[in-house]
Amino acid sequence: MEKYFIYLSVILTVIIFIPLYRVLMGPTLFDRVLGAGAIATKTMVLILVIGLVFNRLDMFIDITMAYAILNFIGNIAIAKYLATRTRGYKKE
Amino acid sequence: MELVLILADFIISLGAFFLLVGSIGLIRLPDFYSRAHAQGKADTLGVMLIITGLLITELAQGLFINSAKLLIIIAFVGLTNPTATNALVGAAFHFPLTPWFKKDQNKKNKDQNINTKEEEV
Repeated sequence: MEKYFIYLSVILTVIIFIPLYRVLMGPTLFDRVLGAGAIATKTMVLILVIGLVFNRLDMFIDITMAYAILNFIGNIAIAKYLATRTRGYKKE
Repeated sequence: MELVLILADFIISLGAFFLLVGSIGLIRLPDFYSRAHAQGKADTLGVMLIITGLLITELAQGLFINSAKLLIIIAFVGLTNPTATNALVGAAFHFPLTPWFKKDQNKKNKDQNINTKEEEV
């Protein structure tokens, strides 16, 4: 049972490194932001699984909630900034 | 009790499979909008499935406060991850970033055109 979650955390770490290609090589700015959001979403799951391995899930759940809120606010802020910035550019 | 844990492990494996599919779609699909589709749907389903499996594991041990917090996280992720992707796609459609069609499949330098347009702004 313990061993299953350790293997799962290793597999999740491999999965997290895949969207890093889109962050580094993405053709547009939006692709980079999307890849960063994907990495943050998967990191939440990794934190939870590691908390279950350590038997301290009650502490790691609060960290996960804070990280989820940070990810959401950051993505919304970047999207709003890009929208208003390009709108002001198009008027000129 | 053992059967419940096996069911939880199966749900967690299914969620990891969906996360893998979402990651592969994020690097293999041809367009920003289709990549946003991969990230907004497949990743959300995978995260919700994995946290559901953890919730079943915690319920089998009788830890009800952790289960309630995990339920809150499931609801939060299911609400906010598609919302963030939708806001980003709206900003990209306003940019304007042209979608990919099958008729310009043979144009090799389409990504480079988008790249120059980004650098102009």
